[in-house]
Parts: sequence; C-alpha cells; structure tokens
Amino acid sequence: MKILVCITHVPDTTSKISFTENNTKFDISGVQFIIGPYDDYALARAVELKETHSASVTVLNVGGAETEPTIRKALAIGADEAIRINAEPTDSFFVAKQIADVAKDGGYDLILMGRESIDFNGGQVHGMVGELLDLPSVSPVMQLDIEGNTAKISREIEGGKESLEIGLPFVAGCQEPIAEWKIPNMRGIMSARTKPLNVIEPSDNEKKTALESFELPAEKNAVKMVDPDNVSELVDLLKNEAKVI
Amino acid sequence: MDAVEKKEAIKGGEFLIRESEAGEIFIPEEFSEEQKMMAQATQDFIDHEVTPVIERLEKGEYELGEHLLKKAGELGLLGISIPEAYGGLGMNFNTSLLIADILGSAGSFSTTYGAHTGIGTLPILYYGTEEQKQKYLPKLASGEWVGCYCLTEPDAGSDANSGKSRAVLSEDGKHYILNGQKMWISNAGYADCLIVFAKIDDDARLSAFILERTWDGITMNDEEIKLGIKGSSTRQVFFNDVKVPVENLLSARENGFKIAVNILNIGRIKLGAGGIGGMKEVIDLSTQYAIDRKQFGISISKFGAIKHKLATMAIKTFATESLNYRAGQNIDDKIAALIADGMEENEAKLKGIAQFAIECSISKVHGSEVLSYCVDEGVQVYGGMGFSEDAPMARAFRDARITRIYEGTNEINRMLMIDMLLKRAMKGELDLMGPAMAVQKELTSIPDFSNQEDNELFAAEKKVLNNLKKAGLMVAGAAAQKLMEKLSHEQEILMNLADILIEIYAAESTILRAEKLIQLKGEEASQRQVDMAKIYLHDAVSIVQNAGKEAIYAFAEGDEMRVMLMGLKRFTKIDPMNLKEARRRVADHLIENKGYAF
Ligand SMILES: Cc1cc2nc3c(=O)[nH]c(=O)nc-3n(C[C@H](O)[C@H](O)[C@H](O)COP(=O)(O)OP(=O)(O)OC[C@H]3O[C@@H](n4cnc5c(N)ncnc54)[C@H](O)[C@@H]3O)c2cc1C
Repeated sequence: MKILVCITHVPDTTSKISFTENNTKFDISGVQFIIGPYDDYALARAVELKETHSASVTVLNVGGAETEPTIRKALAIGADEAIRINAEPTDSFFVAKQIADVAKDGGYDLILMGRESIDFNGGQVHGMVGELLDLPSVSPVMQLDIEGNTAKISREIEGGKESLEIGLPFVAGCQEPIAEWKIPNMRGIMSARTKPLNVIEPSDNEKKTALESFELPAEKNAVKMVDPDNVSELVDLLKNEAKVI
Repeated sequence: MDAVEKKEAIKGGEFLIRESEAGEIFIPEEFSEEQKMMAQATQDFIDHEVTPVIERLEKGEYELGEHLLKKAGELGLLGISIPEAYGGLGMNFNTSLLIADILGSAGSFSTTYGAHTGIGTLPILYYGTEEQKQKYLPKLASGEWVGCYCLTEPDAGSDANSGKSRAVLSEDGKHYILNGQKMWISNAGYADCLIVFAKIDDDARLSAFILERTWDGITMNDEEIKLGIKGSSTRQVFFNDVKVPVENLLSARENGFKIAVNILNIGRIKLGAGGIGGMKEVIDLSTQYAIDRKQFGISISKFGAIKHKLATMAIKTFATESLNYRAGQNIDDKIAALIADGMEENEAKLKGIAQFAIECSISKVHGSEVLSYCVDEGVQVYGGMGFSEDAPMARAFRDARITRIYEGTNEINRMLMIDMLLKRAMKGELDLMGPAMAVQKELTSIPDFSNQEDNELFAAEKKVLNNLKKAGLMVAGAAAQKLMEKLSHEQEILMNLADILIEIYAAESTILRAEKLIQLKGEEASQRQVDMAKIYLHDAVSIVQNAGKEAIYAFAEGDEMRVMLMGLKRFTKIDPMNLKEARRRVADHLIENKGYAF
C-alpha cells in the first residue's frame, strides 16, 4: 500500500503573530514552525498503517527550502521519503493543484492530510485534491481502518457520528483521535537525514485568490474573576460594565 | 586537521591564563538541525508524558518514574551516550548535555533520568568488561532495566572513601560476599541493576561491583520523606551476605574510588546543564505571571523592581548556558583529539572529561546556584502565590535545593576546583607560576594609564576579563605562596578563590558567546545578548572584588596587603554603564516574548 501524506509548515500555536510591509507580510522572525497539528495526526496514522499494513509513506509539502526541517521531522517520525514542491503555498487551489499533479501518477492508495492548516485554516485542500483527481474525499476523518481494498471511517457530523465504508483510493482530511500522536524517537531523527527528500518545481502558477492585507484581532481585555457565590456581582458587571445585558 | 590541533591545545583550567577567542568556543545557537530536533522531541516528551502525571508522581506514585523511564527508553533518550553496538545512539558529549538541559525542567523525573543514564549506567559503559557491557548496557539503554548508584553511606557522604561496606572473597573463590548499608540511593525503589561501592577485605580504597536486584540479601527501607524532588525514589539499601559473582567486580580491585570520581565529573557538568531547563521554565512562568498579575492598576511586569528580577534571572541563565556548552565542546574536542592520536575510545572519553574536571565542578556550582537564584526570585515574583502549592513555584523552589547537595556538595566542588588547579600547576601541567609572577611584577611597576582607544568589538570587556584573571592569579598565587600546605585548611580562602575562578569562567564564556553571536547573526539581532553579557561582566567584577578583598584580608598584612589591595582595585576596574537601563531592555525582551527567548 502506498500512502501520500501532505503536511503544512505552520507557526507554532504559541507564536507571536505580527506583520510587516504594510500588513501584507507575516513576520517570521523568532517564529518557530511545526508540522500542522492535524497533518501530524494524519502522518501518525500513516506511520501506524506502515507497521500494520506494511505501507510505504511519502510526505509532501508545498514550500520553500525553509520548510525542510519540518519535512525532516516527518521523516524522523517514520515517513520513508519526502517530496518538496518548491513554491510558496499561496492559496488552497494552488496547493491542491500541485498535490494533484504529483499524486496523479503516483499510484497512491491513500492521500491523507489534516482537516485544515492552522495558519490560514482554509480546510479546502482535501476537497479540491479529490475533485482534481476525480477521487472521493472525506473530512474530518477521526478513525480510519483498512481492510483489503476498503476503508472503514468514522467522522463527526452535526449532532452525531457517521460511520462509512469507502473504496481505495481516496482523499482524507484527518484529525485526532485518528492515531496516537507521535514524538519522533532519537533513532528516527538520526535516520531522517539518510532518507530521500526530492525537490521538484511547481507544475504551474495559477492562483485563484490574491492577498490584500492582514489584520490582528482586537486585544482581549483582562478577565475579571467573580466568585461563584456572587451572582449579583456578575449580573451587575454584565449590565453596567460590559453592557451586554 | 588544523582545527583539531588547535582545539587540542586547550587544557582544562587554562582559561585562567589564556586569552580565549570567540571563534574557539561553541555556543548553543550552533546546534545542528538534528540536535535541535532531538531537543524538541525531548521537550515534547516532557509536555506529553511527564507533565500530565507530575502531580501524581509528587504525591508518591513512585512507580510512575519507572514507567516514564521506559517511555524515555522507547524514544531513545536513555541511550544518548551509549554506543550503537550496545543499543544506544553514540551521540557526542555536548548532545547529552543538551538533552540533560531540556530534561532539567522535568522536576523529580530529572533526577530519576540523571541517576539512571549517568551514575547508574556510565560506570559499566566506561569500566565494564566486554561481557558486562553486552549483558547490561542494552537493557539499560532501552529502559528494560533501571540503574542506580550506591556510594553514599550513613557515615560516609562527602568523605565517600570512608564507607564501611565490605566484600570478602568466598572460600571457593567464586563470589564476593558483600555486606553493608547505603543511603540516599536515587532510583533504589525500582532499580534492577545496582553499582555498589565497597572495600574488599581491609583495602584502603573502594572497589566497585555490579549487583542485580533479584539476588538474595538485598533489602530496602521505605521511601525517604524529602524536602523536594518528592517524586524521585530515594531509599536506603542493605546488603546482607549478598553473593556477588567475581566476574561482577567492575574494573580492578581498589579502582572504585577512581571510578566514582570520574563518573561524578560527568554527573557534575550534566547537573549544571540540567539546571538550565529548570531556569528557563521558571523564567517563562515568572514572566507570564508578572504580565498577568495586576496591582495598583497595572501589570507588575511594568515595575522596575520586578523587571530587575526577571532580567537578572535571564542574565545568569544565559551565563550558565554559555559556560556549559563551551566546556562540553572542549570535552568533545579533546576526546576526538585523543582518539585521533590512537587512544581507545572509552579511555579517550574518560581522559577528555577528566581534563576538564575543573570546568565540570564550575558547571555544577554555577548551574545549581543560578537555579537556586531563579527559583527564589520566581517565588518572589509570584508573591503570596509563590508560597502556595496551587502554583508551580513552590515545587520548583523545593526541587532546586538538592542540586547544591548531591554529586558532591558545592563546598566540596569549590575546594576541588582550586585543589585541582594548584595540583596541575605543581605538576607543571598548567603554567600558573609564570603568569602569576608577571602579575606580581606588574603590581610594583607603574600602572599603564594609556587608554588606547580600541575599536575592536568587546575590546574594553576583554581588557576587564584579562584584569580579572590577573586579580585571580594575584590572590591565588599569593595565598598559595604564603600559606603553602596550610591553604587546604583555610577553607574560607579556598571558597573565595573558587568564587573568583567561577566568575571569570562564566563572564568570559558569556562575553565570547555574545561576540560569536554577532559574528553569526549581526549586531542588530544580538543586542540583548550583548546587554546580558555586559551586565554579567559587571556583576562578576563585583564578586571578584569582594572575594579578593576577603581573601587578602585573611592572609596578608601591612605593606603586602596594601599593595595587593591596590592591585585588586586596579584589576577590577570597569567602565560605568547604565545597568538599570540595560536590565530593563533585557526584561522588556522577556516580557515581549512572554519568556526566555534568547
Ligand atoms: C535526594 C538525594 C539523592 C541522592 N542520590 C544519591 C545516589 O543516587 N547515590 C549516592 O551514592 N548518593 C546519593 N545522594 C547522597 C549525596 O551525594 C550526599 O548526600 C552528599 O554527597 C553529601 O553527603 P552527606 O549527606 O553525608 O553530607 P556531609 O558530607 O555530612 O556534609 C554536610 C555538610 O558538611 C560539608 N562538608 C563535608 N565535608 C566537608 C569538608 N571536607 N570541608 C568542608 N565542608 C565539608 C558539606 O559541604 C555539607 O555542607 C543523594 C542525596 C540526596 C539527598
């Protein structure tokens, strides 16, 4: 079985977010980058399937050379090889197109990725990849088991849970608890540098969107703690200070 | 080749008489992507495995410590220093310091980890026979077995060689029959493999043995009720006619004390590095608390007194970090050079570490005392909440305290570093006499008032450092000359000399790191580090000044005293700088980044 796992290279959730160049560029100075947390779960599931179903796992990232440490971390966690498409991941369609162009001749049985990235949180790439490859796509996949040529999936839907069966190949946007989150072990880290990381140029440059500017959310006000026994104070504050009731 | 030869030339303790260059020292910013990934994985291990159970561990579920060790083993964290042939990773020394540094924030588990991977494993790695290594190391590297180290006895702590445990050869010559009692043994509660020190018959010196927990005659007391690191297992261990197969003698008879000393050298610098993780954790927590806590209508992080604390914690931490990785790399370079000269690997490792035993002691004392400073000020920043078990500072405060006691108390380490320095001078390994005489000559000559404008980066700071070394040489040289053998009985003076030595090494490492950072990242990106290095140097000058004065008062009098005091004054001159503003800049950087981000 061949699995393709698409990962994003995103700022750590605790990063300080600021912008430069008239609020059109994200300031990466001092920011630590990680594998997108949802992608990390997709990768963890792929690595589990590697053990149970002797799958081979390829990770793919659309990004510049600066994303290679993140890619090597995926290799350290257990992917066998990596592909970096040398381009800035400007919008969902562009990224999906790049992935689809690589995947169409790759013969992958599964294409996994996170349900969404945590930088722009578009949540669209898995759907677009499915369309571009004419494959079914499912999201958010929270459980994934493979039996022969079919997958058993469960996902959360409005007010409940859905279980479905789907034939391979297909595209899945994943999230926990699909797998046990993995810390790379030291041996994996050491072997990561010996695994292949192939860099390929993007197939085209078509983009569907253009960025105008970024804006930070308004600063949160300080929190006031009210004693649970003191409901009247709470009511008073909501009425007279917050003026919401 | 050139580089290796040049690095090889650096000797332990030589920093006192040699002007080091930024290019020669390793700084933590130079760690490779792979090493950083290992550090991050270690941090992830703490966040995902240790932190969620730390409360239970603290409340006495000691077996969690064992469980965590096994998890650490799965990740490869127990085999960092063990060669691949025995199931480890065979990483270099500085990488093992980096992992110890990160694990330093894991509270009690940090001791569990250190006792297992350090004193519990390394005696076998460095002194074991091939059979012993094959038998024990893979199990220790994977965490299948837990190790511990039994040296201390009720009546033999700092004076470790005075232990009463005895081993006697059985009549058939196949076993040693071991009897004795050990105390304060970390990991004892779940150790499978025990390194035990005892004297054979009436030997003058200790021998070391490898014991297995399942053998008859090994019993334990209950867990000690401790001030801190409550989650680490610490017990007394008793040996009653334990039959130890002769092949489980470690190294040669009477070689135990040497083993203990050499293994402790490693433990000391690891403990120094291990402080760093704790310090950073405390700084991060204190900074965040100071930002959130409001009094008099504003965040207390806006108060100068609080900024002073946050900044000083960070500055001292920066210094600990600088000196540890500098020493760690010196050790790695020395090991590589010895191996290149044809020395066997294990012997090269031990020799490389022993060469820097002075720096290992400095690391232990500096790291443990900076950690103590940080937790103390951390409690203060938290105010009343610092005193509450509901907030994390109380535990950090308690946990830090042990680091000044074990692996040789800080008093013992202070005495050791001066003792080693003087012995090396006496043996002709380090030329202290030449430079000390030169300083004496300088004392009676007309001072050099020329204030050449030197635009070279850190020229002024380097002059200060050179002068501090002169101050150190002057005081140490005169004390040694005057008191001769009596010096070893004048411990107060030894403590003064040690303080001087520690501060010189720390300040120099910090200045050189800032200089190298500028070379790597440019001045703009290194401004705060430059602030920190300069402030540290100022603080070091004050300490050297005070310690020097106390020492001189103690052993000199009359004209001699006056000349030396004048010399001390001359050698501890430093240009004024606005320390308050510089500290504020450091504090503001902490506040802006919500923690230690240098
Ligand atoms: C939590 C914990 C874990 C430990 N883990 C281990 C372990 O795993 N294995 C192990 O073998 N040991 C272990 N120890 C023991 C530890 O190494 C000793 O406690 C330490 O070496 C000090 O010995 P002591 O307690 O007998 O103190 P003492 O030697 O009695 O010292 C008391 C005081 O006297 C000072 N002093 C002693 N001698 C001199 C001197 N010559 N000159 C000046 N001052 C002196 C000391 O600095 C100290 O301040 C542990 C201890 C603790 C508390």
